[in-house]
Amino acid sequence: MNIEKLLAAKRSEAVKLWFEHVIRTYPADSSRFLLNVKDQFSNPVGATTIKCLEDVFDAMMAGKTRDELIPLLDPAIRIRAVQEFSPSSSVAFVLHLKTLVRDLLEKEITSGVIDRNGLEQFDRAVDGLCLIAFDIYMGCREQIFKFRAEHVKSRTLKLLEKADILCEVPDVGTEIIPHNVYKNGGFESQ
Amino acid sequence: MKIKPDEMLKINTKPPKAHWMDVPPDFSEGKYLYPAKPKTLEYLHLPNPRDWSPADEDWKLPENWQKIIHDGFKERLDKYRSLKVFMDICVRCGACADKCHFYIGGGDPKNMPVLRAELLRSIYRNDFTIFGKLFGRLAGARKLTPQVIKEWFSYLYQCTECRRCSVFCPYGIDTAEITMMGRELLNLIGVNINWIKDPVSNCSRTGNHLGIQPQNFKEIIEFFCDDIEEITGVKINPSFNRKGAEVLFVTPSGDAFADPGTYTFMGYLMLFEHIGLDYTLSTYASEGGNFGLFTSSDMMKKLNAKMYHEAKRLGVKHIIGGECGHMWRVINQYMDTMNGPADFLEVPKSPITGTVFNSAASTKMIHIAEFTADLIRNNKLKLDPSRNDHLRVTWHDSCNTARAMGLLDEPRYVLNAVCNNVFEMPPSTTREYTFCCGSGSGTNTEEIMEQRLRGGLPRANAVKYVHDKYDVNMLGCVCAIDRAVLPPLMDYWVPGVAVTGLHELVGNALVMDGEIERTLNLRMEDLPGAEGDTDE
Amino acid sequence: MIVNILMSLVAVVVLGAIAFAGGSVPGLQMVFGIWIPYAAAVIFLLGFIWRIFKWAKSPVPFRIPTTCGQQKSLSWIKHNSIDNPTTTKGVILRMFFEIVTFRSLFRNTKSRVIGDRVSYEWEIWLWLAALAFHYSFLTVVIRHMRLFLEPVPACIGIIETLDSFFQVGLPVVFASGLVLLGAALYLFARRVLIPQVKYISMIADYFPLFLIIGIAGTGLYMRYFLRVDIHAIKQLTMGLVTLKATVPPANVSPMLYAHLFLVSALLIYFPFSKLMHMGGVFLSPTRNLANNSRIKRHINPWNPDLEFVTYEKYENEFREKMIEAGLPVEKES
Repeated sequence: MNIEKLLAAKRSEAVKLWFEHVIRTYPADSSRFLLNVKDQFSNPVGATTIKCLEDVFDAMMAGKTRDELIPLLDPAIRIRAVQEFSPSSSVAFVLHLKTLVRDLLEKEITSGVIDRNGLEQFDRAVDGLCLIAFDIYMGCREQIFKFRAEHVKSRTLKLLEKADILCEVPDVGTEIIPHNVYKNGGFESQ
Repeated sequence: MKIKPDEMLKINTKPPKAHWMDVPPDFSEGKYLYPAKPKTLEYLHLPNPRDWSPADEDWKLPENWQKIIHDGFKERLDKYRSLKVFMDICVRCGACADKCHFYIGGGDPKNMPVLRAELLRSIYRNDFTIFGKLFGRLAGARKLTPQVIKEWFSYLYQCTECRRCSVFCPYGIDTAEITMMGRELLNLIGVNINWIKDPVSNCSRTGNHLGIQPQNFKEIIEFFCDDIEEITGVKINPSFNRKGAEVLFVTPSGDAFADPGTYTFMGYLMLFEHIGLDYTLSTYASEGGNFGLFTSSDMMKKLNAKMYHEAKRLGVKHIIGGECGHMWRVINQYMDTMNGPADFLEVPKSPITGTVFNSAASTKMIHIAEFTADLIRNNKLKLDPSRNDHLRVTWHDSCNTARAMGLLDEPRYVLNAVCNNVFEMPPSTTREYTFCCGSGSGTNTEEIMEQRLRGGLPRANAVKYVHDKYDVNMLGCVCAIDRAVLPPLMDYWVPGVAVTGLHELVGNALVMDGEIERTLNLRMEDLPGAEGDTDE
Repeated sequence: MIVNILMSLVAVVVLGAIAFAGGSVPGLQMVFGIWIPYAAAVIFLLGFIWRIFKWAKSPVPFRIPTTCGQQKSLSWIKHNSIDNPTTTKGVILRMFFEIVTFRSLFRNTKSRVIGDRVSYEWEIWLWLAALAFHYSFLTVVIRHMRLFLEPVPACIGIIETLDSFFQVGLPVVFASGLVLLGAALYLFARRVLIPQVKYISMIADYFPLFLIIGIAGTGLYMRYFLRVDIHAIKQLTMGLVTLKATVPPANVSPMLYAHLFLVSALLIYFPFSKLMHMGGVFLSPTRNLANNSRIKRHINPWNPDLEFVTYEKYENEFREKMIEAGLPVEKES
């Protein structure tokens, strides 16, 4: 019998435990607040996370592909990418699925209903999921760095403009440089 | 050697349970705002200019910094009843705890408004209350140490002064007020941030936060006029610093400089041209915003003084203010008190409709949304809202106009007149319950991008809801900081939603006299359904 | 944080025990029955006035109401005159609802989305418990006035009748005492059980709660279990108010001294603690001011005279550039 079927039967328990595991990574005093997911607007972190875990869990059990998993896992990683976690803690919760399966299906594993091969396959799938998480995480971080860079770029431009050392050169390809380029070599005195 | 998997994965355990006073603030890179540069402080004649970084162990505080803070605290307790009362009456019921967007988005307990206030209260108890002096920490008091200053710096700049917590507090305790006082105290010992101080010094010199000089300001506006002519075929010639105009128009300089605020500015210009308003812009009072609000009441007063000063010099009858959040907090709650009475102005009266704005009888300054709503109500504008049909718009109430003024239905009235597809976000996230953009009160800088994104999560989450449900693709607002910071917020959390000011939508819908057939919107994008557009 | 709870609890138990022991010693009954209550009443009254005066001494430089509804602007836009008042009448109404119904606390609601429908669930318990706590406390205080007034005013009788509406058995059971104890216990439980609230709670939060639980507990115990001699107690209390206090009657239970002493402790503690929110709520500038600073100028008594960059200074700095750009100037050179 395959792991997915056995685990799917314990879906609600598995997702609950997985969710609690994620919430435990936050300051203890906030955990009750985050666990209360009745209201998605007053607690977007908890509500988004649990929905994401449910979706990913179902998709894993249904053997969905990498491309299908990416958008499902994205919301939870996206949140963790801007919170105060190290990169590893941002994605490590995915690996907890391995512990989870061993806890929930302990009986089946010892009795041999689930063979070693099946368990290994599941572990590999979780590893894959963790790598997907890593990709998403990096994507988020790159996006944040891009925001930063744009900020700096526009500010630099502002400074140049402020110093009145910019002028417009309409014929220059605006694709490569903005409208504005140095005027008088930037040496105009203030 | 034995492999220790548990230790390697020991990233997922609860943080140790320590009393909040024993948890030091985190000053690793990306978790703090850059400090103000010495030359900026010197220009503004502010104390203790020096080179330092929050990441340093030693913050180079002045020698008698404890006395400065103590005396400053005492002075403010004597000057502000709000501070005194708010220090005393909190019962720690916890109603505010989960109302702060930073707490909701990040879960750091010190971002609960009550605990943010306790950061100051603990010092207040130690210095000014009997129990605090007698029992120390048992009474919730603590000594003023450098770590306290660091904690203040960290958490007082993780508050955007949005006042949402104050709506839910049974005593109306306003964390914004506490944050403002705390920041003033930090200013006294030279602990301030560059993102606020630079605009402040720019503003006092050139008249606006961005430091745009008079000739540049004029050029920028003329550039807008060229674009408007290209789009509408109507030539606009706004006047600058013109004496004898009926109205002075002041808007945040962000509208002159950063997209998508620029399109909003174009909207203002088109509207005024269309109705033939006798108005002038000022290069001197070219900033509606006021970063002084985020640093000290004195600075706020100095920067704000320009508006009335210029209105008086030019001899205008009244002032119209553009779309900005904190600018309107200053105008509504501080300006007249600080720099009034404006007895040289007249009670604003719309020259087009004759409506007298008695609600601004003393300040003599009206919000452009009030002005435009009145125009539309009196059928003075020819509008074609179908030009905005490709937009499905939701409305973000800006914190300051919502909770420090109550400008809620005027912009909605205008919005509904210029757009056919308007969808509200859930009621627990709009109007007086609106969520902050996460970057207000002078924290809209890139070094703390993660903080901004997590603080903006509750807002973005509500936008995502209407985006998923109604295909909303445009987020409207009346705040220049919103217009600057919501685009990355949307890109990150809700891709596919752009940001607009109210008067950009007005400009697009406005049918001007003598205009050519519009094929472009103010962003120079093809209008769907227009001639030449092949999609339809 | 357990320490905070334990210390508060111990403090209250010790206070009660001292008074109980003291009340059992004939010589000390004067102290616990007369001198301490007098001192407490004086400290409470003077302390309360001192605190209010202290607050009132600081001016309100700016008009900073938190606006929770549509402002008054154009005549055809519906103005929310209570949550965003512009007149004194509006402010009075706002304060009335704030103080009588805890309106802001009531806002502490949660909405949730089921399927694609938004529905509301009230996070109502804190609000309900707070209401129950304050109103039952008020009722208990009014009922106790019976002990200090002779003849007993009719209104106290009416309140007692209402309070004993759910009549079960004898002696008459007053709902207020039980509700007070229940609500105080709920507020305590909430402090302990909700991690965020526990994290922010201090001795100053637990101590008054235990004190009130102790007061309600000893009171209920005397009424329903000891069935104390009300006449003897009234003799004592009337002696106190008429300033003719004599040695308390011997047949008064020591439990009364514990009760009285805890009340005295509460009165003494009151002016120096967060309990002053009772007075402070009236003085909160975000609630008790009208949002009319655009209509009528609000005066700041210490409005400083500050130098700012005037137009003249500005033109002096940028004159040449302004002229070059064709901007009007005051002085040509």
